[in-house]
Amino acid sequence: MPENCEISAARHAARNAREQHYRLQTEPCARFALWGEKSYSESTYITLLLFRTAIPQASSGVQGCFKEYFIHKFRAMLGKNRIIFPGEKVLLAVSGGPSSCSMLSQVQEGLSQSAHKKLRFLPGIVYIDEGGALGQSLEERQRTVAELQAVFKATGFPFHIVPLEQVLDLPSSVVVTAPSASERPASAYKEAVDHFIQSNSRSGLTPQGQEDTALPDVEESHTQSLQQLIGCAKTLTAREDLLNTIRFAHTLIPLCPPQRQHLLVHTARTEGYSKLMLGDNCTRLAVKLLTSISLGRGAQLAQDTGFSDCRYGDIISVRPMRDYSAKEIAYYNRMFSVPSVFIPSLDTKTTDKASIQRLTESFVTKLQADFPSTVSTIYRTSEKLQTACKSSSTADQCDRCLLCMSTIDTAVENASAFKATLISEKLSQTKSPGATGTEFPGQNPEPTDLKSLMCYSCQLTVKDLIREKIGEFLLVDDDEG
Amino acid sequence: MPVLCSSCGDKRAVLKRPKTGHSLCKECFFWAFEEEVHQTIVAAELFKHGETVGIAASGGKDSTVLAHVMKLLNERYNYGLELMLLSVDEGITGYRDDSLETVKRNQQQYELPLKIVSYEELYGWTMDAIVKQVGLKNNCTFCGVFRRQALDRGAIMLKVDKICTGHNADDVAETVLMNVLRGDIARLRRCTAISTTSEGEGVVPRCKPLKYAYEKEIVLYAYFKKLDYFSTECIYSPNAYRGYARTFLKDLESIRPSSIMDVIHSGENLSVREGVKMPVQGTCTRCGYISSQALCKSCVLLEGLNRGLPKLGIGKHHRLHDKILSQQPLTEKEERKLKSVDF
Repeated sequence: MPENCEISAARHAARNAREQHYRLQTEPCARFALWGEKSYSESTYITLLLFRTAIPQASSGVQGCFKEYFIHKFRAMLGKNRIIFPGEKVLLAVSGGPSSCSMLSQVQEGLSQSAHKKLRFLPGIVYIDEGGALGQSLEERQRTVAELQAVFKATGFPFHIVPLEQVLDLPSSVVVTAPSASERPASAYKEAVDHFIQSNSRSGLTPQGQEDTALPDVEESHTQSLQQLIGCAKTLTAREDLLNTIRFAHTLIPLCPPQRQHLLVHTARTEGYSKLMLGDNCTRLAVKLLTSISLGRGAQLAQDTGFSDCRYGDIISVRPMRDYSAKEIAYYNRMFSVPSVFIPSLDTKTTDKASIQRLTESFVTKLQADFPSTVSTIYRTSEKLQTACKSSSTADQCDRCLLCMSTIDTAVENASAFKATLISEKLSQTKSPGATGTEFPGQNPEPTDLKSLMCYSCQLTVKDLIREKIGEFLLVDDDEG
Repeated sequence: MPVLCSSCGDKRAVLKRPKTGHSLCKECFFWAFEEEVHQTIVAAELFKHGETVGIAASGGKDSTVLAHVMKLLNERYNYGLELMLLSVDEGITGYRDDSLETVKRNQQQYELPLKIVSYEELYGWTMDAIVKQVGLKNNCTFCGVFRRQALDRGAIMLKVDKICTGHNADDVAETVLMNVLRGDIARLRRCTAISTTSEGEGVVPRCKPLKYAYEKEIVLYAYFKKLDYFSTECIYSPNAYRGYARTFLKDLESIRPSSIMDVIHSGENLSVREGVKMPVQGTCTRCGYISSQALCKSCVLLEGLNRGLPKLGIGKHHRLHDKILSQQPLTEKEERKLKSVDF
């Protein structure tokens, strides 16, 4: 027991010192609190920053406070949720955009020796090169990758550059939700931290060496196949949805359109990481929430936009940047010169109505201009939703959607939107009865294939795929006519 | 090459269904539409044999189609229901008085008894007078809250067992979107329910048989059946917040027609975390109507109107409820805040 007393005493002392330090740091800013109603709210800082650019003398105090506030939010987000255990290997998914680069710099900051309360995990970086799906030339892709490589090398963390084409190469095996690590209750977190402090207090974290990973060669034919796959989706909405999912996990039935999500999880698994960190910020998550609702993904909302996403069992994705609005990140990046690279996506430079994702983005942005609390309200709503994360040992294989790996939501009661849609389809294709309405001599038998293995919104995405083009990618025999 | 109906295959198709994209002839469309409403009613078990049902009729396309279809299905499938029409007069000149004429004509056409309740007799205020005090931005709040109570009061007067309203799929989808944008988690959970489940006296359960019918299809149905309805928008509605959700939904529909059902599906499958604070149903201490606060919303709004404080009721002010209940005068600062009106 004496050990524990020592530890708790040390922790108390540390906390007091920290609080004092924080107070000292923040006191000089008290007079600036007059500018906003709440101190350290976003509006205050924006006002202060504008003030600062106009009057160069009033600079260092504001900058310092903002940085403190920014960093504190990151730490608080990680500390509050207690999901990342010390010594764990965490994979940072960096897309090159401002949010993920900001996240990278926060992690760097947190791990540096001079940090006030050091972060304690072992990071690695992954970048998925989607140039093939976007139709970029090889030179363009290499140029972008070279820029990013420079950024990654400067951090000193091990990094992996994965071209999206790799999805086609992966061996076919059934999509597996690997069993998750044993449930770690909240109390275990404290113990783990204590243990870690004890054992590592002197040596500190030894950072992993950077392997010299050259840009993997991509075969021309693979790029073409990838483009064909994405091109199968008729609408931009479907294409974006597919691309998004493939990033994450790995659907090994190659029919299934490339999924970004699948690839990230697969990389994490093969390289031995247990957590995945995503750089989604508040604004983007608000848009994602509305988009998910519009796509019929209400049941999976909490996983799509919440802090943690445990669909894949062994790999848990977290979103530490979800408290930051896009504006804050932009300001921070500019003030503290965080490097980021602009990479176009599928819906860059498209019109408002090109896809549902694009439409929602412009809707939220416009609404935010008239009603400044829109994004934060939507964010708060998403916090109140549940992440119904079943432990994978009990969940049946067929309970998971084939495409997006979330639980299937089409097993609903009779009076529901889904059933109503099915009824409408039936009624529009059968003979109107001279007889009673109970016999439905439909042309198509009930599809027993892919559709029943997918959740509501993935069914819609698949509907958008052109059947003929898809044929060569189909492994499963399609019964429909 | 004329397109043939995809259902019966022999007649020429006259329309394309917005919901599924199939081309149908008139009769097949009527049949599909009516059959869907029937399936909705049966699957959700909305009515029991022998009940008296009040149809909330405003004279607009939704309620006219609802009245028509309910009468038709009642006869065709022997629901055994006794139907009545219930209408609310908000006192909006140039809009409601015209639509009420339509309702009166409907009454004769469908041979159903009709009861009209008005804001004037229930609350002593017409919408015109309210707008003069409140302005054009928040008036929809007043109208909506008052109308809900008015419908319930009318239903009690008519002694019906249930009320059915003409809310269609677009309305429900807009409501889901609006509740997300407003952060109203309590309403978000309830708004996709097809019928309300409140118990207690003074409250009549209400349902939405047209919940899965697209607005466009309702218009098509009314058009092809040549139903008599009133088709102008409320003159006070342009600034409502719902307008944003509506524009968004219309754009969504143009990109993907099934979006409306998708939004409803999402709304039905939302699950709220445990531990989130939810309002508890009680009764208003002044009028006895159901309420989750000490004073029901319409009492608060009325108080504001009568005292010349139009903003009472818009925004949060739970602490003032006690003051209002005990008839205490409000401080000057509070009065100033509540009086300011921006037109």
